Amino acid sequence: MTTTWNAGAVARLFALGLAGGILQLTTVSQITVLGVPADLAPLLAASVGLLLGSVPGACFGFGLGLLMDTALAQTLGITSLVLLTAGYGAGRLRELRDPAHALVPVAVGAAATAVAMLGFTVMQFLLGVDAPVSVLLVRQIVLTIVLNTLLALPVYLVCRRVLAPLLPDDPRRRRRRAYTTGGLSPLSRA
Amino acid sequence: MYDRQVRRRRAILFALVACCLVLITAYFGESSGGPLKSVQTGAMEVLAPIQEGANKALKPLRDLFGWFGDTWDAKDERDALRKERDQLLAEVTKLQGADAENDELRGLLEYSQNASLDAYAPVTAQVYSRSYSTWYSTIEINKGSSDGVRPDQPVINDVGLVGKVKSVSDGNAVVMLLSDADFGVSARALNADQPGIALPITGSRNELLFDLVPQAKKVREGDRIVTAGTITNDLPSPFPPDILIGTVRKVQGEGELERQIHVKPAADLRSLDFVRVLTKPAADSLASTTP
Repeated sequence: MTTTWNAGAVARLFALGLAGGILQLTTVSQITVLGVPADLAPLLAASVGLLLGSVPGACFGFGLGLLMDTALAQTLGITSLVLLTAGYGAGRLRELRDPAHALVPVAVGAAATAVAMLGFTVMQFLLGVDAPVSVLLVRQIVLTIVLNTLLALPVYLVCRRVLAPLLPDDPRRRRRRAYTTGGLSPLSRA
Repeated sequence: MYDRQVRRRRAILFALVACCLVLITAYFGESSGGPLKSVQTGAMEVLAPIQEGANKALKPLRDLFGWFGDTWDAKDERDALRKERDQLLAEVTKLQGADAENDELRGLLEYSQNASLDAYAPVTAQVYSRSYSTWYSTIEINKGSSDGVRPDQPVINDVGLVGKVKSVSDGNAVVMLLSDADFGVSARALNADQPGIALPITGSRNELLFDLVPQAKKVREGDRIVTAGTITNDLPSPFPPDILIGTVRKVQGEGELERQIHVKPAADLRSLDFVRVLTKPAADSLASTTP
């Protein structure tokens, strides 16, 4: 039931992070809904955590954050810290509870976005903000969470498809496949 | 076995968090030419062609979403434009008398504006990436130090000030927009002739604050805010004078101390495709000091 880690698996994660990061920087950031762009980064980190576990989620979040901070000339380490928290948290949820409900990725995506947005804000306040801060910041955070909640499921499904070879076999899926490919139903043996 | 896994997981988490904290501390404390910033600039140089290519490839997708957004906004815009049209029709009658004089003055103004812009050696650049964070309002452009772009040079578009160059590598540069939390520019209100500082309001992307104004009560809604330029040679401004920053949108507060002047930037910071970097922003001051 554990993922085998090799160069191919790491390359797959690297490609997912790079493609997701560049899509965020060049396209998603320029499409605004009610004046706010979506943020794919916490959704990607949370999806990887939810699919592969806490350590891959944390490592993926760290790497993706580093990419974002580098590409945007931001303070290195802030986005990494925030995203590794999101990835690790989602991974721990999978390891401890293993939730099976179809809407879990939506809830986890919303929670990861909230953690990322609030964490980023707290970090910025801790590092010192010279400019006045508007109350509209709260509106932006809330709208980003709402927007990301809507995107959470599609992003999760894309991640699951990309990472499918790394995922452990799902016994439920295997049973279903055996039944539909013409094998005898366990009931027919009786 | 289980204990070993837990220990390994905790060790990795601890190492990653420690790594983040070391990076933040080192980055925050080092100067602009420090090793981490140099590495960052190098990595940006590598990423820039990928981002630029992806930006071009994904433009149709952006345009598609833009079309939906534009259609959504079109109804509100139509109503607003109708109202504006009615107001303008009323004003046209009033303004016709001053039309001839206005044309003459506008011609002179355009001439002087064009002349001064050329003196600042503007370099036109394409925007290929933008920050999506509330705290860092930046864009990346495809011109860099090899085109004469240097840090702190002003960046404008066809309507007014956009920001200033934050960091530069060989073929690209990061531009800090007016709405970035670290931005600030000395400015003055044209009609009221009041100096002050134009600052961003974090969280409100399309609004600035015109602050530290000696006689704020003189500033009215609709006043244009422009860059002040260099006032004293001891503190030269990187921005040339009289570049339009925005228009006063509203003035809040009654007393002199609590009065807040909100400015709507002239440039639409959310949809920038091309900008111009003024690579010789001190050209006018050099001209004035040359005998």
